[in-house]
Amino acid sequence: MIKKDLGLLLLIVVVGIVVAIINPRFLLPINLANTANLIGLFGILSIGQAFVIITGGIELSVGSLVALLGVLFIDFIAVQDMSWMLALPLILVLGAVIGAIHGWLITRLNLQPFVVTLCGLLIYRGAARFYTADGTAGFAFGQNFPDLEFLTAGRFYGVPNTFIALVIITVVMWVVLHRSVFGRYLYAIGKNEEAARYSGIRTGRMIMSAYVICGLLTALSAIYFAMYTRSISPASHGQFYELYAIAAAVLGGFSLRGGEGSIVGVVLGTVLLQELQNLVNLLGIPSSLNFAVMGGVILIGVLIDQQWHAIRAQRRLVAAARQTEGRLHDEGSLPVVARQD
Amino acid sequence: MNHSSDIPSPDAPATAFLSLSGVGKTYPGVVALDGLSMDIMPGEVIGLVGENGAGKSTLMKILGGVIAPDRGAILLDGAELHSLNVGSSISSGIAFVHQELNLFENLDVAANIFLGREPLKAGPLKLVDRDRLREMATPLLKRVGAHFSADTPVVSLSLAEQQMVEIAKALSINARLVIFDEPTSSLPLAETERLLSIIKSLKADGISVIFISHRLHEVERVADRVVVLRDGTLVGTLAKAEIGHDQMVKLMIGRVLAARTAKPQRAPGSVALTASGVRTEAYPTRPVDLDIRYGEILGLAGLVGSGRTELARVLFGIDRSYGGAILQDGQQIAVGSARDAVARGIFLVPEDRKRNGILLDFPIAQNITLADLPNLANRHMLSADREAAAAEKQRIRLGIKAPSVSARTGTLSGGNQQKVVLAKWLSMNPKVMIFDEPTRGIDIGAKNEIYGLMRALADAGVAILMISSDMEEVIGVSDRIAVMHEGQIAGILEEDDFSQESVLLLAVGKRVK
Repeated sequence: MIKKDLGLLLLIVVVGIVVAIINPRFLLPINLANTANLIGLFGILSIGQAFVIITGGIELSVGSLVALLGVLFIDFIAVQDMSWMLALPLILVLGAVIGAIHGWLITRLNLQPFVVTLCGLLIYRGAARFYTADGTAGFAFGQNFPDLEFLTAGRFYGVPNTFIALVIITVVMWVVLHRSVFGRYLYAIGKNEEAARYSGIRTGRMIMSAYVICGLLTALSAIYFAMYTRSISPASHGQFYELYAIAAAVLGGFSLRGGEGSIVGVVLGTVLLQELQNLVNLLGIPSSLNFAVMGGVILIGVLIDQQWHAIRAQRRLVAAARQTEGRLHDEGSLPVVARQD
Repeated sequence: MNHSSDIPSPDAPATAFLSLSGVGKTYPGVVALDGLSMDIMPGEVIGLVGENGAGKSTLMKILGGVIAPDRGAILLDGAELHSLNVGSSISSGIAFVHQELNLFENLDVAANIFLGREPLKAGPLKLVDRDRLREMATPLLKRVGAHFSADTPVVSLSLAEQQMVEIAKALSINARLVIFDEPTSSLPLAETERLLSIIKSLKADGISVIFISHRLHEVERVADRVVVLRDGTLVGTLAKAEIGHDQMVKLMIGRVLAARTAKPQRAPGSVALTASGVRTEAYPTRPVDLDIRYGEILGLAGLVGSGRTELARVLFGIDRSYGGAILQDGQQIAVGSARDAVARGIFLVPEDRKRNGILLDFPIAQNITLADLPNLANRHMLSADREAAAAEKQRIRLGIKAPSVSARTGTLSGGNQQKVVLAKWLSMNPKVMIFDEPTRGIDIGAKNEIYGLMRALADAGVAILMISSDMEEVIGVSDRIAVMHEGQIAGILEEDDFSQESVLLLAVGKRVK
């Protein structure tokens, strides 16, 4: 797993060098900061998705949730005059509750994750558009929230605070997934839910927790996205974000069957995706090709990974064969005793 | 064709149907078959035994034309075959009945038998001639003693009946040699009898049979000759008169076994777990009453489908109970989930190891510690050192053969995988252990180790419930035997009354005096 992460890191560096050579503006602080900001925004979303994917599930409603929760957050603080210190935890709780409902439908009522979250995708998008009567949610002229704006869209010594938030969340979630009993349970469930249940693990509760974590992180990134764009048109805000998150996880070595992947992997996957977006902009590739580039790179990445595994397996076989031949050769010099009487 | 049921004597002029001469196959890292020579006479039933990895499957694959041998010759009716592929194996009349049945459940019996060889109607559309198909299948079914018709959907057949379809399929290619690979391992006792009689009738028709089985008593009953493989080498051939359980085992493992199972070192203690009128999903209207005592191994015999596994699942909290009560030490307990059972020291070693028992992709250590993580953890955080130490301790205690506890569990043999399942529970202070088919698909050496462990647990005071369809195992290992029939306990046998007949009679619902 660590080898995989290193490979991804190498790819990120190589692509970065190539882009920097072709267009040195890649390395301008303003470009790096912008890209880091986007990495922070999408990274938080992707880590949430990773927790669901590790259990063998999928969360498709993420993009719509970013729109709905973003609309609600802006409405709460800009129209309803709610203090952002109250609105922020409220939105987080809402995200967690929605995650819990998804988890409940999946574990208690045995619905498929794809179906539950696909319905969520449609429902939350519709709800967001209905809530603003398909209008744009935004701040009135002169409305300012200095503390909130610093925390969400501000910079600390030039580093976007979203990126810093991602680093903190990555460390916390790395500990949760890779060093806690809960994390081990999630891997076990992803690999073989039945066997996990037969080992006395409360599989339903664990899976539900994964969806709650995903909802929580989605809500947090919804607030970040809202404060980043400052105005939300609910028909398109956050569209396809679930696919960015899933793509980052797949690039980072996650298996959609569950039980495989790492936090470092999904973060690196996000970094690579955003680097590619940046590459499209900087190299003057028509931005209409954006998705095509992303899709192509993911496909190639997955292919290389698979071939790499096949080659290594082959090599192991050949090595084993050589050893055997050597042994047979040695035995050949001895008198053959084949029969036992 | 030779229609006599006599065993061809070695000096008879009859040529062997199939002769192997010095056949060998080497895989990278292992010599799978090392210069095997044997003859298969027409109408002869050969028992082929050997531990897992002895080379049986390699031999089968060679005869089936799936893999080519590296050396040696194969002679059919005395003429050398220069290459044997799947097609020529079938046209030579070699047929297989595998352990895992390969039928399409959504099709009917006749369609399964003639899959890919359906008779077609005249005309450009090449439609399947369904009437002709049924006509062709019917005599084959009759020959294997089936009572269902050719248009029965396979999904509605029992395992044993499905196996009859497999045999009919084998006969449909005009088989001259039928190879049975562990045919009885998924069959309940009564249906095993039926299979053995089908084999005898094949023999009477002059068809040769190779019967591969870990169940030596069945081999003993049906074989004219037993061939024993060990480490890819033929280590011995037993003629009809010499065939015996102990001789086979001795050749298979290369040493003489001590007494098959040890006797208990202590008298059974008080009742550990009671099922009182428990009703399960399989038979919601039939209550089960059963006491399991500390320090005893209670065998639970019965036909497949008699509700034994369902009872185990209710006791372990996997399935909900449809009524009745579960008592531990005389106190009624609620077992709503496996977690509840585990917390009370009630553990299950499940029947389907790969699906329910272990995570094949996990390292051995993580499988062993999976259920006990809360105790090994430090405030919800994993402790790699403590995990490794706990796993290593169990590896040594159970003699799990693996390079290290960080090896992938899926790389282990069946017996060692089963030991990993055991290891998971042993460190957690078991009170009641339920074993569901504990040695299915495990070779003899590992089997005996598992029996030894079960006995050691019982001697240490653990109450053990052992579900088993292996008659030898039920009688050899249990201290008492409860027999289930259609969801109820048909009777409980004390050691003095143990016999195959009494278990079998109870299992099929007859009374035993």
